[in-house]
Amino acid sequence: MTEMPKRADGSRATPLLSRHEALGGRMIDFGGWRMPVQYTSILEEHRAVRQRAGIFDLSHMGELFVEGSEAAAALAGALVTDPPSLEVGRAHYSMICAPDGGVIDDLIVYRLARDRFLVVANASNAPVVSDALAERLDGKRAILDDRSLATALVAVQGPAARGILGPLTDVDLSTLRYYAIAEGNVAGIPALVARTGYTGEDGFEVFVDGAAAGELWDILVGAGAPAGMLPVGLGARDTLRLEAGMPLYGNELDRATTPFEAGLGRVVKLAKAGDFVGRDALARAAKAGPRRLLVGLVVRGRGIGRHGYPVWAGDRRTGAVTSGTQSPTLGVPIAMAYVAPGDAAMGTMLEVEVRDTRAVSEVVPLPFYSRAR
Amino acid sequence: MIPSDLHYTKEHEWVRVEGDVATVGITQHAADQLGDIVFVELPEPGKRLEQFATFGVVESVKAVSDLFAPVAGEVLEGNAGLATTPEVVNSDPYGAGWMLRVRLSDPAQVGQLLDPAAYEALTAEG
Repeated sequence: MTEMPKRADGSRATPLLSRHEALGGRMIDFGGWRMPVQYTSILEEHRAVRQRAGIFDLSHMGELFVEGSEAAAALAGALVTDPPSLEVGRAHYSMICAPDGGVIDDLIVYRLARDRFLVVANASNAPVVSDALAERLDGKRAILDDRSLATALVAVQGPAARGILGPLTDVDLSTLRYYAIAEGNVAGIPALVARTGYTGEDGFEVFVDGAAAGELWDILVGAGAPAGMLPVGLGARDTLRLEAGMPLYGNELDRATTPFEAGLGRVVKLAKAGDFVGRDALARAAKAGPRRLLVGLVVRGRGIGRHGYPVWAGDRRTGAVTSGTQSPTLGVPIAMAYVAPGDAAMGTMLEVEVRDTRAVSEVVPLPFYSRAR
Repeated sequence: MIPSDLHYTKEHEWVRVEGDVATVGITQHAADQLGDIVFVELPEPGKRLEQFATFGVVESVKAVSDLFAPVAGEVLEGNAGLATTPEVVNSDPYGAGWMLRVRLSDPAQVGQLLDPAAYEALTAEG
């Protein structure tokens, strides 16, 4: 029996669906899941995370556990990163690529023990990643345990996150580093606590058994209320990650995109020991140089660039917007776009085609927003 | 509450008629559905609008939506305040969040719009 069965309409619900509905969440279908896009206001929820804290239900994400004496080496052969180089208790950003170098998904890989890893995949890609990993691990002393439908994930993000979560857990958050994970309890519930997120703020992601998700959510919501923590939907999750310059699979990354084009070439460890899927194609792509590059744009004219809007360099179409919105923090329209490499230099003035006009836009460094440290 | 002194379109615009001048905006229902409004694109004064044709665009954080003219006429004025404070469309859609003032070319067109009861029934259907 799974914790997160399919509903009558074919979508899946997380164990927290009734909480989202009780909170007035506006529910949408996202990657096959019934999820809240907002509770009150995307802007309010966005600002809560930047200034105080927000709590997110991310139980739609895929949790793939890989265990065995060859788990590290098998993952090195399956992914573009080098999991054997991870220390126990640490994590890194990774990707799984097709033999032609296209990105199947972007991932976080956590090393839980010498021979045990947790791979977190995007919700809509989790089944594909699970199948690809199973195939790539075949014949190795490594077992894939896809616990996506049994594992709940709740994130607490924002400057107040540590103060909210700290008193509830036996994990020492003061020594838990960014991109680290520890096993412990949160409010007495067995959990994996990771210092990772997708918002550009300090924050934590808490993995628990799906059956305990409701209890965990209620305790965290209660603990966060005095600090002004709000529940945050997918709408603000998108604006937060966009300000932080983080890619979204399906927008900045897809099967037709290499990590190099996305500015994520550093993630690909071509020098690691052993072969891995996509190595030859990625080595060629690295040598040839990217055909297009992901850039940040700030619209200096009037208009908001949206996914798919053309980008022009004079009368030459140089690319297209992948993600764009009005930045709640900066108060100006921001976008990410793929453009020709010659148009990607900082300060280059391009134009985003917005309906029947063109909005002058400047290439700026990513991320658009970095928290004060 | 849906104001009782206005006329409505199925696309969730409202219009207030005073003599041969109409004031146009979007309803609270529309503003709520869009979410936080961050950008409003309106036509210049002098532009001639066709009834039920698009006259502009309203953007929330997540989405872009067309605006439809409830009546035909000539644009007298757009709400310049929306360029800097588009959020008043959410907070006061029937007041400070108005969008256009239009000189009606055919006042009889108002008869083709929904009355408050019909608009309320439309939104109740979801």
